[in-house]
Amino acid sequence: MKPLNLLITGAGGQGIILASDIVGEVAIAAGCDVKKTDTIGMAQRGGSVLSHMRIARKVWSPLIREGEGDLLLALEKLEAARWAGYLKPEGIVIVNNHALPPLSVSLGNARYPSDDEIKDILRQITSQVFFINGTERAKELGNIRTLNIFMLGCASPFLPFKVSTWHESIARRLPEKVRDINLTAFDRGRKEVKGVRIGKS
Amino acid sequence: MRKLLSGNEAFALGAYHAGVRVATAYPGTPSTEILEAVARFDNVYAEWSTNEKVAMEVALGASYSGVRAMASMKQVGLNVASDPFMAAATTGVDGGLVVICADDPGAHSSQGEQDNRHYARLAKIPMLEPADSQEAYDFMAHAFDLSEQFDTPAMVRTTTRISHSKTVVDVKQSQAPPARQPEFKYNAAKYVMLPAHARIRHPLMEERLVKLAEYAETCPLNQVTWNGRELGVITSGVAYQYAREVFPGASFLKLGMTHPLPHNLLRSFASRVKRLIVVEELDPFLQENLQAMGIEATGKEFIPRVGELNPDILYEAGQKMGILPGSPHRKIESSVELPRRPPLLCPGCPHTGIFFVLSSLGQRAKLAKTKDRTRADSPLIITGDIGCYTLGAYPPLLAMDTCACMGASIGEALGMEKANVGKKVVAVIGDSTFLHSGITGLVDAVYNNSQITLVILDNGTTAMTGHQEHPGTGISAQGKEAGKVELEQLIRGIGVKDVSVVDAFDMKELRSSVRSALEKPELSVIIVRGDCAVRVPKRGEPRAIDIDSCNLCGVCLLLGCSAIQRTDEQLHIEPSLCVGDTCAVCQQICPRQAIGPQSMIPIKATE
Repeated sequence: MKPLNLLITGAGGQGIILASDIVGEVAIAAGCDVKKTDTIGMAQRGGSVLSHMRIARKVWSPLIREGEGDLLLALEKLEAARWAGYLKPEGIVIVNNHALPPLSVSLGNARYPSDDEIKDILRQITSQVFFINGTERAKELGNIRTLNIFMLGCASPFLPFKVSTWHESIARRLPEKVRDINLTAFDRGRKEVKGVRIGKS
Repeated sequence: MRKLLSGNEAFALGAYHAGVRVATAYPGTPSTEILEAVARFDNVYAEWSTNEKVAMEVALGASYSGVRAMASMKQVGLNVASDPFMAAATTGVDGGLVVICADDPGAHSSQGEQDNRHYARLAKIPMLEPADSQEAYDFMAHAFDLSEQFDTPAMVRTTTRISHSKTVVDVKQSQAPPARQPEFKYNAAKYVMLPAHARIRHPLMEERLVKLAEYAETCPLNQVTWNGRELGVITSGVAYQYAREVFPGASFLKLGMTHPLPHNLLRSFASRVKRLIVVEELDPFLQENLQAMGIEATGKEFIPRVGELNPDILYEAGQKMGILPGSPHRKIESSVELPRRPPLLCPGCPHTGIFFVLSSLGQRAKLAKTKDRTRADSPLIITGDIGCYTLGAYPPLLAMDTCACMGASIGEALGMEKANVGKKVVAVIGDSTFLHSGITGLVDAVYNNSQITLVILDNGTTAMTGHQEHPGTGISAQGKEAGKVELEQLIRGIGVKDVSVVDAFDMKELRSSVRSALEKPELSVIIVRGDCAVRVPKRGEPRAIDIDSCNLCGVCLLLGCSAIQRTDEQLHIEPSLCVGDTCAVCQQICPRQAIGPQSMIPIKATE
């Protein structure tokens, strides 16, 4: 397989670490070498999180170099802009069209960027930009916490793994009472991204 | 079996498969998960110790009893444990004793970036440095063997990137080996460090170091990979992975054992490459050793001593060395300044209310507006400590003036008082940190007739590192019922007369107890008690803001609660973040009484 550099970002508490753990398990089940690392800091307390995943026949550095990411999955849109520099030219970026304003914005000390500003930053690197209403969809599913798995579903058609392997990993990692809703979220995400090829829009 | 394990999980499994019987630690990022993982195994005693010094002593005692033992800690934890660590290096061991020390280059979650490789040299003991989770697993057995073979504690040094990255581990073993029968063998010349005995141990330590250096020459953990001879790289730990990535054509001497160093191996490798570089994080530990041997090598002239290394930084260094071509990587051009997203106290945090009280009594809001921070003035000095609550130093609360190391808040406050600083001094410390190293400071305050106010933030857990138990919770590391140290009793027992316990979410009571403590000319301790909102998630009815009553005064925003947000010149409380009834701190401080339970607020206001 072609080496794959995948990044997942968002704010602490959105379930990024679980999402990237699941990707890691899927990759290892597919027989690849995997390294996964998070710039987690104090993520539980709402800070910015970036998870790096490298999947190949043999991986050395766990950290991805700037400009070498194949896919950036952002659970929050400001974070997509913040880490866009990690994407390679024409890499894929999938963004949850949802803002979690940092405290400095609420205090009036900073300004949250507009959608156009975010898109302008992303489009300097790539035309493959997908904006997804993930938070809305997760709410429709009845559990906002399924956002991470829904977004993984959105990323899955771009990754060389079987749907059944995804399902097995998700089922293994999630407790029984939320297992089915997360499997549904994954499938819905997978469909959703196919319906919104807005990359060139 | 192939598993995807973090370095810390791999250390735990490696120790288990090497037959560890006693494991100790105090939580500290990035080392915490090692003990958490060990605690899940059968037939191993695992404990959260009061602090790293005690952890080291308990592990040492177990080793003296003939069983394999380990203590794990973060880099600054070894400072706390350095006394028994040096003692262990002096007496040597019986059962294998391994100290895992997790450094934090980049200070992701630490008060400093110290490079603990120097400790191995100071203690004259062997040090191993794994470069991924597979090695984290494999090296543990080596470390225990080395410890027993050379009668020494062995140090395993990891870093945040090794401890927290997940990489594939091939686990060949499934069971722990049978344990040795515990037995203490009387040997006063070895275990009783009277000066007469200590003087005998020292030459033995020097001999041990010579033997270890001989061993290092053929140690299987030091590996040479021959590629091109134009460039040779000497490296260790995660820096090896970055170097393999950035210099694919070079030859490598990867050191798995970094103390003592294999001088012949280093010389032979150096003589067989045209140019030699050293790739290491933080201090020039390897490079200075090479220089002392008279081997010419470049490294820290181009690779920063500061911060965490990564492949981008190393690539840039390679360019400056004239080894690598210019990078084609295109930078994004944008005039938009993206707002930072630092960590915050969580919604419903029991620390928010008391910090708001200290902030307002200390007139801290005006500090933020003072341009020249050195002229900023507050009627209150707040010495701080280490935990989630250190985040109270950030705007808008600005409720902390110092944070040095675990437990320092109390001694610092006392020092300021005794220096006649001329202002009231309040020390703020968490429950776990107080038990770790605040008690002795408080004893000093009692003894020396101090009049400071000590606020203990008791959230019933060690929250910052991920909610570990501690002596005040009454639950052991293995989830069993355990002895419980009652803070009030302990503090009264020390001799503090003015001790009060206040509900962390009762703003009126918080304010009056701090006021009264500050007025009293005696030592006061206020225990502010409330459950950590993440560990004990209690969801009540969220609060909401009635926008007809709200005049946008912004007082609620001074709490720094991430649930209170401003959008389109209106304030609102995000219901999915607000914990509701158990907190309601914002409701208590709103000067217009514009905040209340969601159901009591007119519908239009919550839209």
